[in-house]
Amino acid sequence: MTPSFDVVLVGGGGAGLRAAIAIAEAAPRLRVAVVSKVYPMRSHTVSAEGGAAGVIASDDSIDEHCYDSISGSDWLGDQDAIEAFVKEAPQELLRLEHWGCPWSREADGRIAVRPFGGMKKMRTWFAADKTGFHMLHTLFQTSLKYSTVVRYDEWFVTKLLVDDGVVQGVVALELATGKIEAITARAVILCTGGCGKVFPFTTNAAIKTGDGMALAYRAGAPLKDMEFVQYHPTGLPFTGILITEAARAEGGHLLNKDGYRYLQDYALGKPQPKPVLRTMELGPRDRLSQAFMKEVEKGRTIATPYGQVVHLDLRHLGEKLINTKLPFVRELCTKYQNVDPVKELIPVRPVVHYMMGGVHTDINGATPLPGLYAAGEVACVSINGANRLGSNSLPELLVFGARAGHAAAEYSLTAKDPGAAVLAQFKDEARRLEHDLLQSNGRERIADIRQGMQRTMEESAGIYRSGAELKRGAGALRDLQERARHLLIEDQSRTFNTERVSALELTFMLDVAETIVNSALRREESRGAHQRVDFPARDDQRYLAHSLAERQPDGSCRVGYLPVTITRWPPAERVYGEAPANERAHYAAGRAVPSREGV
Amino acid sequence: MSERITLQVARYRPEKESEIQFESYELPCPKEWVVLDGLNHIKDRIDGTLSYRWSCRMGICGSCGMLVNGEPKLTCATFLADYAPGPVRVEPLRNFPVIRDLVVEIGDFMGKLARVKPWIVRDSEKPLSEGEYRQTPEELDNYKQFSMCINCMLCYSACPIYGLDPHFIGPAAIALAQRYNLDSRDQGAAERMQILSEHDGIWGCTFVGECTKVCPKHVDPAGAIQRYKLQAAMEWVKAFVLPRAAQ
Repeated sequence: MTPSFDVVLVGGGGAGLRAAIAIAEAAPRLRVAVVSKVYPMRSHTVSAEGGAAGVIASDDSIDEHCYDSISGSDWLGDQDAIEAFVKEAPQELLRLEHWGCPWSREADGRIAVRPFGGMKKMRTWFAADKTGFHMLHTLFQTSLKYSTVVRYDEWFVTKLLVDDGVVQGVVALELATGKIEAITARAVILCTGGCGKVFPFTTNAAIKTGDGMALAYRAGAPLKDMEFVQYHPTGLPFTGILITEAARAEGGHLLNKDGYRYLQDYALGKPQPKPVLRTMELGPRDRLSQAFMKEVEKGRTIATPYGQVVHLDLRHLGEKLINTKLPFVRELCTKYQNVDPVKELIPVRPVVHYMMGGVHTDINGATPLPGLYAAGEVACVSINGANRLGSNSLPELLVFGARAGHAAAEYSLTAKDPGAAVLAQFKDEARRLEHDLLQSNGRERIADIRQGMQRTMEESAGIYRSGAELKRGAGALRDLQERARHLLIEDQSRTFNTERVSALELTFMLDVAETIVNSALRREESRGAHQRVDFPARDDQRYLAHSLAERQPDGSCRVGYLPVTITRWPPAERVYGEAPANERAHYAAGRAVPSREGV
Repeated sequence: MSERITLQVARYRPEKESEIQFESYELPCPKEWVVLDGLNHIKDRIDGTLSYRWSCRMGICGSCGMLVNGEPKLTCATFLADYAPGPVRVEPLRNFPVIRDLVVEIGDFMGKLARVKPWIVRDSEKPLSEGEYRQTPEELDNYKQFSMCINCMLCYSACPIYGLDPHFIGPAAIALAQRYNLDSRDQGAAERMQILSEHDGIWGCTFVGECTKVCPKHVDPAGAIQRYKLQAAMEWVKAFVLPRAAQ
């Protein structure tokens, strides 16, 4: 059986498009397909605001970006992967510049950089505060140059085709017509992004339903570090719309109900007249979101119909700076919150933003399943460990999109052609999609199960967790899984049936939710974004390790562990807002030990 | 206080209906709700068969363009309460074939976008090791507004020329061609000029400026078209008055 393609990419956001271009450039004879449930320019990369980190300033260094990312990850990031990432990020960002990305500039025409949370140097490239939008459109428009890249726009992938442990393509459903096809391939790269929609309050778009994570998990690939869920400290109440960290990087203050800059009470340094890197509002996201919860406990937040909030104050920055550096923040606040940040305080609260965890891959995006690769938020290499630093995810999708593209292309040259077994799997899957879903006689409303899942996740796997809550959450998810076997699907049409897609997305999310709760239950320590009230300390003895959630034949989830790769930066305490002398010692620690390449 | 409001929603299921029909749904109308929240409420609680596109809910992905009381709007950025006491009519974008309910076929635009070569064209490429192409903030400002297009299709829906002549390459595609033409790093303007002048459509644009009025991102496609027409006319004149070598 001849495959339709050499490499199939699932997802057409930043990682998918970067991978597609990498393959088209390196191996123009390979047939590449991008299968995406939305038109690529609708992908969620579009919503990223603040920027993309890459060492470019003369006072910056690779080691410093490495150290910031490693300490930011609470030492759970793999140091070999982080080092490769930090080294390749600037050239990837530069490549995007050559492709036309409208990066913001200095007066002399050079790339401008801005400060960002948890970063000790200014290294965040930005395109005003629509960085993701400009990166995505630049990648998409550039991808149109390559005629070897075939697009399946608005095709929803429902299953990976796996023969004898080797991934050989996907089953996909065309939304417009309801047509179901086997798109076979020698290699598949998952680039489907995150799963914020398993939580009720998220910056994530409606499409972020963990599809790729669930596809991989069901096919037998482990999901790594799923307990690490990033809450961004500043989302608008009700909508969950993100107010970028750049707002704080440009000098914004977080105030409690008394107008007090409360972060000074949480080991993040003391207020200074100007923003100081790795201090106060420029601390890492996990610490800032946790500080918010403590303020709620102390009764120092402001009650609103949509929960407790604090205030983000940009007024002192002035209209001119806000209009040039933060125009989208102003637009979002005025349009969606009816607040003008030039004159008024912005109400904000922590909001689920990003998954540090994802499909377990090596440094080249390869998963343990031959033929299956993953890149971007769907994947966990891991460079983010227990807490991602803001502005590391955009360069991550470029660096690892390109790496996965190259690795998959090379693998596809020697991979064997799909066998007859995948045809049989396709037929079974088509029957499920056509018969079980379109002619279901279930009674459970999709929205009821979805809201039940989201409530369960917020209650059991939020910013602070406990064994008891997580156990209750695991039980509640099992009940919801059972109920989801009897979904009510009123729409029996084959033409653009979004209800059938919602049902499929819901079952994906339930699987992903189960891995999050189970991984969180097993990790009896507090590290980065995973805070257990019953185990408040970091425990390097037992948990300086990645969790791996694997689906068992009976459908249950089993969690195992994999050691973290430590090269030059031995585990230490995370320190923010400290005195300069102390700091230098930390950064130097990395340089004292010769690098592995040097040995 | 939460009033109630009626949404009259266009329904079209090709297996069932030969033309668009309207169905009315009565909804709560909290002041925070946008039209899209109303549609989501219908889908979740009243009628799971309603189809429409949406994703980011923050006006940047460009998925949720529809007609609201006859005007092209991003439904995620259009408050329901602004239409109180209603009713509010929600329809698929004008000037496109309807696939189903509020979902329109935009394949025509996708093809046209690729045709205008919306990528950097350069005779020779310098290696990455030589760093960035310098571009001053002023040079960036020159094309920046045209780079803000989110491909939401509101301008095509508002364009009277596109409505009459589907061959017209259209406001967003022309604005994006200009986005690259005006970029100091690009050398592809001549190639794009040929593509843009292939069809008469552009000369039909009467500068009614509907496209610019409906753009949710303050791109000025009408301005792009006028600049382009001027440029094309100059080329045409030059071809007559100058000897070949001087063109």
